[in-house]
Amino acid sequence: MEFFERFAVPHPSPAIYASMVAIVLVTVGIIVGLTYFKLWGYLWREWLTTVDHKKIAIMYLISAIAMLFRGGVDAIMMRAQLAQPENTLLDAQHYNEIFTTHGLVMIIFMAMPFIMAFMNLLVPLQIGARDVAFPRLNALSFWLFFVGAMLLNISFVIGGSPDAGWTSYFPLAGNEFSESVGTNYYMFALQISGLGTLITGINFITTILLFRAPGMTLMKMPMFTWSALTANVIIVFAFPVLTIALLMGTMDRLFMTNFFTTTNGGMDMLWANFFWVWGHPEVYILILPAFGIYSEIIATFSQRNLYGHKSMVASMVIISLLSFLVWTHHFFTMGQGALTNSIFSITTMAIAVPTGVKIFNWLFTLWKGKITISTPMLYTLLFIPIFTIGGVTGVMLGMSAADYQYHNTMFLVAHFHMVIIPGVVFAMLAGLHYYWPKFFNFMLNDKLGKIEAWVISMSTLLAFMPMFFSGLDGQARRMYTYSESTGFTIYNMISFVGAIGLASGFVLLVYNVYHSTRYATRNIPSDPWNARSLEWATHTPIPEYNFAIVPTVDSTEAFWDAKENGHVLYREPYTKIHMPNNSGMPFILGCIFFVWGFSFVFALWIPVLISTIGIFACLIHRSLEKDHGRYIEVEEIKKIEQAAGARR
Amino acid sequence: MKIDNSRPLEYGTLQNRANILGFWIFLGAEIMLFGTLFAGYFTLVDRTGNGPTGAEIFEITPVMLETFILLTSSFTIGLAIHAMRLKRQKVMITFFVITLLLGLGFLSIEIYEFMHYYHVGAGLQTSAFTAILLTTLGTHGAHVTFGIVWGVLIVSQIKKRGITHETTNKSFIFSLYWHFLDVVWIFIFSFVYLKGLVS
Repeated sequence: MEFFERFAVPHPSPAIYASMVAIVLVTVGIIVGLTYFKLWGYLWREWLTTVDHKKIAIMYLISAIAMLFRGGVDAIMMRAQLAQPENTLLDAQHYNEIFTTHGLVMIIFMAMPFIMAFMNLLVPLQIGARDVAFPRLNALSFWLFFVGAMLLNISFVIGGSPDAGWTSYFPLAGNEFSESVGTNYYMFALQISGLGTLITGINFITTILLFRAPGMTLMKMPMFTWSALTANVIIVFAFPVLTIALLMGTMDRLFMTNFFTTTNGGMDMLWANFFWVWGHPEVYILILPAFGIYSEIIATFSQRNLYGHKSMVASMVIISLLSFLVWTHHFFTMGQGALTNSIFSITTMAIAVPTGVKIFNWLFTLWKGKITISTPMLYTLLFIPIFTIGGVTGVMLGMSAADYQYHNTMFLVAHFHMVIIPGVVFAMLAGLHYYWPKFFNFMLNDKLGKIEAWVISMSTLLAFMPMFFSGLDGQARRMYTYSESTGFTIYNMISFVGAIGLASGFVLLVYNVYHSTRYATRNIPSDPWNARSLEWATHTPIPEYNFAIVPTVDSTEAFWDAKENGHVLYREPYTKIHMPNNSGMPFILGCIFFVWGFSFVFALWIPVLISTIGIFACLIHRSLEKDHGRYIEVEEIKKIEQAAGARR
Repeated sequence: MKIDNSRPLEYGTLQNRANILGFWIFLGAEIMLFGTLFAGYFTLVDRTGNGPTGAEIFEITPVMLETFILLTSSFTIGLAIHAMRLKRQKVMITFFVITLLLGLGFLSIEIYEFMHYYHVGAGLQTSAFTAILLTTLGTHGAHVTFGIVWGVLIVSQIKKRGITHETTNKSFIFSLYWHFLDVVWIFIFSFVYLKGLVS
């Protein structure tokens, strides 16, 4: 019995039982559906074994949107719980689990894959490459992220979710105070998906440094590629810190070591330091590519070159350096002395300077631009003021003396939602509408898109502005209820309405996708927005080799100058193209990693051993394998190009 | 694949160059990984709880031996790469195998050392200090173990396929990895053992 007790959820509720049933039904439904329509072969050949960066991008995108809804349900439950004082909708433990998984899912399993989707689609296209440097590793990155996400998501039906906050501070996350296996899930979900992210970082830096089209110097790279480069550099330097922190945390939980305990020399602050040495740069891993997307959109819809291209690059490089120098502002109040606080206060506020540079550059690009307001542009224009509110309150929090008032209140919660939602989520939604034709070869409905942008942005204000006030009034975060006499009720009620608004905005997005899939014309030009950089120079749909001839680049806005100023993009004749073969290995390795992580969570040592051997067997197989890819011959390229030309 | 004959064999194709650059970036990540472990070590080195301190459990002889063996192996992998550039397959394989044997020697002493720590009451669960000590050493040791398995696979490929763009590329990357492990060990030797013995 003891064996099975470990798999039981410690605090089950009807909602969890319903989820269990739903998960089983959906899984059975998918399996039956795939078998009935004989889609297993298609799924395996076209998706599970693919190494094509464009398909991997689509898989990231779908996962990210699915996780957006998973994290969103958590958010609605939290807001519903707090909408009334002394509410009994959720108990304290359930509330703890929900705010933990909400943070984790939204940052790691929603925002990160969303960013990765755009990086995968755009970076090779923008630099005129055929694929990334290591296509198989790219597929492996996706599958590692995916099994990490699945591992976290099964936690609430098998064994219990993590409940120590997304920061998982020790000793709260240690065995003593967190008895369920939830935190083990946290450790392994993050470890496995973090490994995937690190591989992505290495892959994309190499791609950007070595695989650029001839003539594209670093300073001629499009802004999104620059943002991807800086973000990936941050990934490579930040993620190993998380790896070690998680390793130590895991050992504390599974092998009873004393890294973060309060006995035998352990030091809980070490976790806080390691976590934020990774965690703060993580914020900029998310925001920089989002800024890259905004830069592309603003230049396109103002029909002007991006103002201050060089200062945009410089500001991103400075942000990436500063991102590593601010982590201590997460614990100004934990007793580290005035000098340390002052230093980190200054470095924190310094980040506002390069960020301000970027905002002014966008405004100067709009200035005298020929502005067309489409859905992506509307999101971008709404982003600027809302993000500025979030940014300014961030500087307020950066003042360490004042932080003694705000810390651990809803003020902080309001601040980072007002930064991350307009900063990252709006950018991803803007990018989604903007690049939808590159992903799926048709356009989303612009009118629905605009309604959606207004609903989402106004609901963001409605949901999070009240928290600034309730926070200044002293409402602590992570409290599952409060008394009516505190006077927080009205603020929380407004927030709840805002949360419902946000949810309906996202439902509208789904309706837009459905509506456009059904009714939108498939006969679209390859450059529907009259855009500026090389990703729009490819056909729609994009052939698997991206560019039949590698383009030659003369300026920062290569495609625009080719259209408007007569630059010649394609100078070479057709030659045969080398392409990598599909491989089942990344997917298989991902599956084994899932077993590995799951067995570790429950300390099932025999499956751990077997899956570890399996992982090494895969690596050995790969080392000995001889696979040099294949060639697409000139005849075939000509055929594909002619067909694509006819479609235009 | 286009082949550029003006470069050393292991850099001959674009994919070769990508592999090497990618590996350098990976080593950047590894520096952060070990840097984090060292940061943890320096934070926890004096937090010995009820357990022993470093000065009480460190033994200089095996550590000197480990250092000597690992430094020599870094030299022999250099010779192997030199032989590879001269296209002398047999010499290359010989030096490669010597490197791996030295690696095995290093590992055996490290296993002895771990058993010694266990016997004198410095186990993983004794204190924060012993935990971080064994984790740091263990991470390095795991890297060496991984390297030995990897090296054996590469030797078998050179034997079967000869000195090609692919095998030279793999060998060169392996040598970068091996030198890196040596550099990490120098830091462990100086800042864990020597510093620990002095204080």
